Amino acid sequence: MAKQVLSFTLNDSETDVLVQPYVTLLDALREDLELTGPKEGCGTGDCGACTVHLDGKPVASCLVLALQARGRSVRTIEGLGRFDALHPLQDAFVRLGVPQCGFCIPGVLMAAAALLAENPHPSEEEIRYGIAGNLCRCTGYTKMLAAITEAAGVAPARRA
Amino acid sequence: MRRFQLALPRNIDECVKFLAERGPETKVIAGGTDLLPQMKNGLLKPAAVVDLSGVADLRTLRRQDGSGLRVGASVTAREIERDAYVRSAYPALAESGALVGSVQIRNLATVGGNLCNAAPSADMAPPLLALEAEAVVAGPRGRRRVSLSDFFTGVRRTVLAPDELLVELIVPALGPRSGGQYLRHTPRRELDIAVVGVASQITMSDGVCAKARIALAAVAPTPIRATAAEQALEGRPLTAEQIGRAATLAVEAARPISDQRGSADFRRHLVAVLTRRTLTTALERAAR
Repeated sequence: MAKQVLSFTLNDSETDVLVQPYVTLLDALREDLELTGPKEGCGTGDCGACTVHLDGKPVASCLVLALQARGRSVRTIEGLGRFDALHPLQDAFVRLGVPQCGFCIPGVLMAAAALLAENPHPSEEEIRYGIAGNLCRCTGYTKMLAAITEAAGVAPARRA
Repeated sequence: MRRFQLALPRNIDECVKFLAERGPETKVIAGGTDLLPQMKNGLLKPAAVVDLSGVADLRTLRRQDGSGLRVGASVTAREIERDAYVRSAYPALAESGALVGSVQIRNLATVGGNLCNAAPSADMAPPLLALEAEAVVAGPRGRRRVSLSDFFTGVRRTVLAPDELLVELIVPALGPRSGGQYLRHTPRRELDIAVVGVASQITMSDGVCAKARIALAAVAPTPIRATAAEQALEGRPLTAEQIGRAATLAVEAARPISDQRGSADFRRHLVAVLTRRTLTTALERAAR
């Protein structure tokens, strides 16, 4: 089957890439574009490890066909902050030592960034719902909650 | 996932044309949250897939002055959950949208997908049934309207022919003093599937119930209406006793199975509890 051109905005850059029509956005990001921040945990939308922003909204990239992103904007964890200028959430996660094994963290950060973009001062309940689609098998939710709360207080409405 | 050809139509006509040519071997993808897991585990093996994401006409969610709401088939659960007009005029529908999956799922999952996937537990089906929504279906011979109560024909089966596409839902306007609610029971608060779901929708007039609509999910092969319970309420004041009687009649409409989510007996119990609670809230909301 012939590959097709996927033209989209990836982490603020106009991007063209050849993809098979039957691959997911997650596989195109990881295999064809070498962005391995988004992870495949379950492949069925249950775990949230593959969370990216599609037109600013958090989605499970394992349930999106790559070509469904044509003409749209995708942001992955690689485009959330820069090494020399971390997103306030990344900064808080580092300082509070949130990651344990780290596998779920890119997805959690993307879900949390989308939450804060929409709701700069969420309640504890809203934070818990905001990351309810992300499973952490180390069960490090307590520190996640603390870090998101702190990031929301420090620097609320940066870009998602 | 098995390989497939992907069609990328830009409008409804192109979509229907492709379905007319390749319908029986084709699946339609909107949000993909039900379809892709079934394709990944080999349950579905379509030779071709039609992607609706480029069809803007399917994404409109608009209020029609005096005649209700039009919900495009590709409107997402998240849009339903957050739309200010849906929340105020059709809270039962907004509540059902808010219960689908997680936020990552709700940003993808669509109203049309929830209905066309036709799971007995589909959360957005009971409120739309209770609101007497009509489905607009496009096919090679033009468009037809189907009452949502005639839409589901079995577990994962609908009236849609292989060359037909669900275009939108038309939700009638509600009279004054109307109220509704959708509640479901799940062991977990998020990312779960209804053990039982119940939507109640009522309209009051001069202290009596002028109209009642009650719909149930996950207690029959399809989402169903509890018509005997509805009829028992109409023309009467909604006292606790009347609501209790309707709950008993709703249980009689249910034909639940026992499975890993719950026993048939537990499901019947839940139908009674959730019918009572949703009717009570619907009455409170109708008074506002």
